[in-house]
Amino acid sequence: MTATERPVQADRPGEVLRFRFDGRDYEGRSGDTLAAALLASGVRRVATSVKLGRPRGIFSAGVEEPNALVQVETPFPEPMLPATTVELYDGLVATGLPGKGRLADRPDPARYDSVHAHCDVLVVGAGPAGLMAAAEAARGGARVILADERPEPGGSLLGTAETVDGLPGRRWAAERAAELGGFDDVRVLCRTTVFGHYDDNYVVAVERRTNHLGAAAPATMARERIWRIRARRVVLATGAHERFPAFAGNDLPGVMLAGAARAYVNQYGVRPGRRAVVFTTNDSAYPAALDLAGAGIEIAAIVDVRRAPGEEWARRCAERDIEVRTGHVVRAAVGDGEVAAVSIASEAGGQAREVPADLLLVSGGWTPVVHLFSQAGGALRFDEEIGAFVPGEIRQAVEAAGSARGVPTLSGCLRDGAEAGRRALAAAGFAVPDPAPPPAVEHEPEAAPARHLWLVPPADGADHREHFVDLQRDVTVADVLRATGAGLRSVEHVKRYTTAGTAHDQGRTSGLLTSAITAHALGVDVADLGVTTFRAPYAPVSFAALAGRDRGSLHDPVRVTAMHDRHVDSGALFENVGQWKRPWYYPREGEDMAAAVLRECRAAREDVAMMDASTLGKIDVIGPDAAEFLDRLYTNMMSTLAVGSIRYGVMCRPDGMVFDDGTVIRLADDRFLVTTTTGNAAAVLDWMEEWLQTEWPSLRVHCTSVTEQWATVALVGPRSREVLAGLAPGLAVGNPSFPFMTWRDTEVAGIPARVCRISFSGELAYEINVRSWYGLALWEAVEAAGVTPYGTETMHVLRAEKGYPIIGQDTDGTVTPQDLGMAWVVSKKKPDFIGKRSFGRADTARPDRKQLVGLLPEDTGRLLPEGVHLVEPGGTRPLGHVTSSYRSAALGRTFALALISGGRERIGARLHAAMGAETVPVTVAHHVLYDPEGARRDG
Amino acid sequence: MLLIPCPWCGPRDEIEFHYGGQAHVAYPDDPAALSDEEWARYLFFRDNPKGPFAERWSHSAGCRRWFNVVRDTATNEIHAVYRIGEPRPVIA
Repeated sequence: MTATERPVQADRPGEVLRFRFDGRDYEGRSGDTLAAALLASGVRRVATSVKLGRPRGIFSAGVEEPNALVQVETPFPEPMLPATTVELYDGLVATGLPGKGRLADRPDPARYDSVHAHCDVLVVGAGPAGLMAAAEAARGGARVILADERPEPGGSLLGTAETVDGLPGRRWAAERAAELGGFDDVRVLCRTTVFGHYDDNYVVAVERRTNHLGAAAPATMARERIWRIRARRVVLATGAHERFPAFAGNDLPGVMLAGAARAYVNQYGVRPGRRAVVFTTNDSAYPAALDLAGAGIEIAAIVDVRRAPGEEWARRCAERDIEVRTGHVVRAAVGDGEVAAVSIASEAGGQAREVPADLLLVSGGWTPVVHLFSQAGGALRFDEEIGAFVPGEIRQAVEAAGSARGVPTLSGCLRDGAEAGRRALAAAGFAVPDPAPPPAVEHEPEAAPARHLWLVPPADGADHREHFVDLQRDVTVADVLRATGAGLRSVEHVKRYTTAGTAHDQGRTSGLLTSAITAHALGVDVADLGVTTFRAPYAPVSFAALAGRDRGSLHDPVRVTAMHDRHVDSGALFENVGQWKRPWYYPREGEDMAAAVLRECRAAREDVAMMDASTLGKIDVIGPDAAEFLDRLYTNMMSTLAVGSIRYGVMCRPDGMVFDDGTVIRLADDRFLVTTTTGNAAAVLDWMEEWLQTEWPSLRVHCTSVTEQWATVALVGPRSREVLAGLAPGLAVGNPSFPFMTWRDTEVAGIPARVCRISFSGELAYEINVRSWYGLALWEAVEAAGVTPYGTETMHVLRAEKGYPIIGQDTDGTVTPQDLGMAWVVSKKKPDFIGKRSFGRADTARPDRKQLVGLLPEDTGRLLPEGVHLVEPGGTRPLGHVTSSYRSAALGRTFALALISGGRERIGARLHAAMGAETVPVTVAHHVLYDPEGARRDG
Repeated sequence: MLLIPCPWCGPRDEIEFHYGGQAHVAYPDDPAALSDEEWARYLFFRDNPKGPFAERWSHSAGCRRWFNVVRDTATNEIHAVYRIGEPRPVIA
């Protein structure tokens, strides 16, 4: 078939748009969805199902579509879109999917963004109820946001062709929305799906800004925007989705929700078939049938399971010679790959009759869209009249309005929305204006009660394997019965066993049906069984939209030191330490990492080398009680530290486990500078603040981060004193006048500097601190003195040779100072400090605690991977693992540090490193492997 | 995302805050005087009620002050917010 299925011209100009689907070219009209354009072109098979590979057509006209999943190929591949929500544009290329899409193999070039917004009243859904609610709230002066997922406002009015105030519904909606747009404090968002409703009315939506423009999309405009909205009150006018009963072949292309077929005729001027059978349990399918008949579609029969429809509908059908078969059901949709006939029988039984038709409209009633209400914490209750769950109690300032709470008529929805808007106004503290007269609607026939029919049993002897409950996941009644047969009694379990209600559908068309079939199988009431929990997102949201601008270089802040550019120029490779970029090593031409690090290590041990140590955390601790405060935080004594001196310290948590380490510099009686590990600086400052504020508010102490105020160059090696003397002629650098663990203020290379005699390598070493502005100048001056730069890898090797642990690498929150061989850092004199009491616990005294030891592989060239576990020779019980492992220039071999159960008792023993099938023999050693006497630190 | 009324800054998004666990668990006056069991109780044991719970929060991306909140753990409703050192309000 070609483009012959558009006999009706809807009230739109209808610009012709060309598109390509599954490799064939078609034409559609502006305003079409891809689904509408495909139906107009006579395309009925759009996709195949995910598990069974059955042909599938277009089932709905909106976001609830479970069948017609397509991949849009241009301008950027996007998988798994319902064709019913893809707006047609010129040049669209799409393919039908076999239940799964394909991700793009290249980065998405589009820009995504996010917006934060606040409002008094958020209205979700711009149908009759939502428009009225927003209009009332706006009239009262509230800040209002009205969000709707479709390209234009109107909701159900777009598809039903009903009039309001004498205007076609679509025009009435457009005019109301335009009026709203005239208010300063009202924002109307179309193409915006609210997908998450969280605590305290925090609501998240995605706005699709350029998807519908195709190649014409401006590059400067964000493709999608995430809206994060905090609303004082929310009105959920989210509408209702039509549901269907389970019968044989209810997934065939040509089976369509009755309301959807009505929308294709009225909204798009598209005929979804030529000859239709209508199968219904309620009155709402009758206006659909009449609208289709008016569009030239032959209505072969209306099959109504009830004894009688509403009287007026019966009369109108009779006027048009439409046969109504009451007390009948559709037993099966029949056809090879699409509907060719419909098998109709009396519900009481008896012979079925096959009626030729290419379209089968189904209506099993309408299910309120309660997803957001439920996400927001609202309880649901079963409404016997509409046969579905409706909003019940909720703690949050949220209410549902219109068909979202089961209101069946247009006039009812308009009234209900207005009232919800007025209640929201009052609750948000605004004066409520006098009510406006309700909009006039057409005569609404009195409805006959609906029948809640879930399942048409198969003909005698047949099974339920073609009675679908979830079309997208290919779940049938037989699958649900298998689940209950396996003993599952909860719908949550049935969902997970069958996958019904997962994927796009999220229970929109399948949820209630699955529950009802389960309830039927268990012999319980669906009202008592309930439905599965609704969770965000309501509709799929791309990760790109959620990520927004936080991608690539904007993903996480990058911190660099004052010397960074120089490191880049020197060809350094970098490693990430927290958010910092630190030089890892500085390879020279022809060097690999191992060669570069061995060279840098030799320079530090035999000559003179330098490292950028600016990233170490630095905190000023100031106040009359600063010394007392530090005594409580550190395991060792800090109050006895003399001004001008430096002490290494360890902090533990109350459980006695090491939290951080660093140096403490006493600048004055009431002033200390504390350094932390690079990655832990913020955590240590938080730790200090927490104790000061929550436990010791009487201590007069202030803590300030000064990490970025200082730039630090570590000058390391036997020749470091000589280099420093050359750069700082005013400084007495001799060992007696400038001893280990002291600091001096001086000038280095003409720059005001604080020089600390600290060593993290065991060598004679200095740390030169200058204001960050001078960091680069200092670095260049030191380097010009012929000093070899080294990176973090060399730093690690040097410290590991000396058995200095890195907190967070050689420890993991289960390690005490004693486990690290640092009992000397734990004060015996102080009455208390954080962690002290825990060193008296039996657990911290266990002899089999994991202790830090050195490991020497018997094969001196063998580098153990970090993380490898150790066992006794022939044993299998893991004793601990390798925490650090390096090649050592000074030792002429590889070595490692490890945390080993009872490790110090094992020094000299042989263990095996378990590396898959292979075991590597190692000897346990003291953790200080280089210069254990400490002879080198004074030069 | 909760809307937490910081007693210093007013209502702000939860993302600005850091959670600090149960409130009113004071560091013992004299840890050395406690038995191992009493000390372990301080270290490791916390209440986990369904309903109102007094807990600590820090406005870490705002004023950086610690304060206490009584929050219903079942509904996330915040019943009270009060400063460190103030007694826990009586929740009906």
